[in-house]
Amino acid sequence: MRLKSTLENYLFVSPAALIFLIFYIIPFIWVFQLGMYEWDGILPTKVFVGMGNFKEIIFEDKIWWNSMLNAGYITLIALTLQNALAFLLAWACDREIRMKNFYRLVFFIPPVLSEVVVGLVWQWILDGNYGLLNHWLIQLGLGNLARNWLSDPSSALTTVAIVHSWKGFGWGFLIFLAGLQTIPHELYEAARVDGANAWHCFRKITLPLMVPVAVLVGILTVLGTMQAFILIIAMTDGGPAYHTQVPVLRILASMRGSSRFGYACAQGISFGLILVVISFIQYRFSNKARQA
Amino acid sequence: MAGWYPSKTFYPVTQDNEQGRMKRNSPVLASVFLLLLITAGCGQKITGKPSTSITVWHWMTDRDPAFQELAKRYESRTGVHVNFELYAPSDAYSQKVRAAAQGNNLPDIFGLLGEKRDFASFIKAGYILDLTPYMQDSGGAWQNGFFAKALAVNEFSPGNSYGVTPGIYGVPVDIMTIQMLYNRDLFKELGLNPDQPPQTFAEFLAIGKKIKEKKLQGFVSGWGEAWMIGCLANNYAFNIMGQDKVLATIKGDVPYTDPDWVRVLTLFKQMQDSGILSGGIVTMINKNAEQLFANGRAVFAFNGSWCVNVYKSMNPGLDYAAMLPPRASEKFPVSIWGGGGSSFMVNAKSKNKEEALEFLKWLTDRDQQAYLAQATMNPPANKYALNKISPILLQFADDMELATHPNAWGISESPQVLETFNKGIQSIIIGEKTPEEVAQETQKIKEREMARISR
Repeated sequence: MRLKSTLENYLFVSPAALIFLIFYIIPFIWVFQLGMYEWDGILPTKVFVGMGNFKEIIFEDKIWWNSMLNAGYITLIALTLQNALAFLLAWACDREIRMKNFYRLVFFIPPVLSEVVVGLVWQWILDGNYGLLNHWLIQLGLGNLARNWLSDPSSALTTVAIVHSWKGFGWGFLIFLAGLQTIPHELYEAARVDGANAWHCFRKITLPLMVPVAVLVGILTVLGTMQAFILIIAMTDGGPAYHTQVPVLRILASMRGSSRFGYACAQGISFGLILVVISFIQYRFSNKARQA
Repeated sequence: MAGWYPSKTFYPVTQDNEQGRMKRNSPVLASVFLLLLITAGCGQKITGKPSTSITVWHWMTDRDPAFQELAKRYESRTGVHVNFELYAPSDAYSQKVRAAAQGNNLPDIFGLLGEKRDFASFIKAGYILDLTPYMQDSGGAWQNGFFAKALAVNEFSPGNSYGVTPGIYGVPVDIMTIQMLYNRDLFKELGLNPDQPPQTFAEFLAIGKKIKEKKLQGFVSGWGEAWMIGCLANNYAFNIMGQDKVLATIKGDVPYTDPDWVRVLTLFKQMQDSGILSGGIVTMINKNAEQLFANGRAVFAFNGSWCVNVYKSMNPGLDYAAMLPPRASEKFPVSIWGGGGSSFMVNAKSKNKEEALEFLKWLTDRDQQAYLAQATMNPPANKYALNKISPILLQFADDMELATHPNAWGISESPQVLETFNKGIQSIIIGEKTPEEVAQETQKIKEREMARISR
């Protein structure tokens, strides 16, 4: 009876396991295998180079590591600015304010827009010659701040990061709002009866209970931002020079520009492993924070 | 036929009746469905009327209506159905062709995007038919109709560095050159003679001051896509050191730190310092550059002959002309990038090779080439179809003699080296690096790549 039940369980799980095997595990192994070859993606013959591609990535490819730093910077902005904005707006919308449903809708518009469209619209707004932003700055008497936002190496990456945050804060907003709505109102009422003010309620009730949600948003932000590239292609294509290059753009450059499919696969595997390590660290760190 | 069905009088429509009828009919319906399923896709066998159909894959959105029209004309003439399938954008198309090659699913005719190295890999893998015997058939009638430089990009010469059997492997359907353009109205506004564009680099730079004074945009181009920077840099490399030295550099015999290469890089610094370059040019995509020029906001542009169609659609009244890049040296002539614009290849494994070849011969014949040129505003690959194109297109086509292209050199530079060089020029323009630094970095990558390839 017990064996039958176990077999039944395996039978029910097997379709999902099979799909996971075919679409995730096998491609991963295949990509890893390709990462050990020098291959142009066209010729039927591949040259085995062992861990040569991985060595090149680690020890010689400075642009790759520079792109990792750029992605890290954008992620940092997203983790702080984007998520702080998302949390504040979610907190505001969770309170009894007028037109809160309208605000909820408006805040969720950027994430559902096409990244290419958003990139092109922002490129137009930020254009150094005829852009709206510079026009407004000049109108406001702040002409000294006007610049080629996307072509100036001192502002290009930050500008891209801010646009990315604008595009992405709606997801965090939605998850934070759902999290805030799960906090029982009785807790706040009891706290007020005990003489707690708004700040105390926020610090002692809202913040601690939102830690698991913040962890989830944090992990999703890191994974989503590190892999961002469509918006960047549309806005700068990784330029000027290498100032807004990110890892996925480098993988694309290896595959399309250099026809080095094997190297691109090795970059993909390396990048995937880095993301797994970051997520793992983040998870452990958040567990400790929660326990504390 | 109406009387064949049982009337409502005999079979009143009730839910029970309907369900019962459905139950009774379900095996019949299932059988019919199964039969339809089995016979689906066998239409031609049933009708017993075989017809040849050839499939062409391409990425040229702007040329698709003209291709479809020509396919109709060809079918009405020969009975051969030509199915033009458009896959855009070009990046997606490129990936599709590679994936199809891996799966042995390439169509009868297809275009290739990418570098000569990729082209060579497709040939070596047996995906592309050698067209030389067909081109040279009947005293070379087909071959002789083309501009020699249009064919050159599809040709592999004896002793080529790719290890490909010498021959012609592609059919150009149009030609292109990449040149400088200037707005004649803005020239007048600047007090310049619109019939006398700058001939030397010094004259060109001097216009920068006037442009600054008038607060106009100077020179625009899609330099956010770094290959276009490389294109102008190559023009000047040929002008300053000549083709032999450029090719010697690619072979690794001359370093990028050579004073001539540093001089090429310095030209970009001079352009930036003179104020002739439009602000934000290093991240400008070509579409934006085209808009700026078409709207009469920029004095100069650097663009390919495809721009004629683009400018016409954006601003039909735009008064502009093409010019060669102003020469920086008297030592060698200025070269421009050009040759075959778009080409088609025949799948060597296709069952319809002969039909595909016949269609391509017809497509590149004078009348069809003239139609394509008029409909798509791209100069024709057939030199006998030139008399029917617009004067501005003729300006582009006229300079074919000065055209060169990396795909016609028989050797190609490593993509990593090209990227470092082109991105380095962006760094020079934004004031981040000096020409010497970029030359050194490029040479370093060149040495690394040469060592990697030799391994």
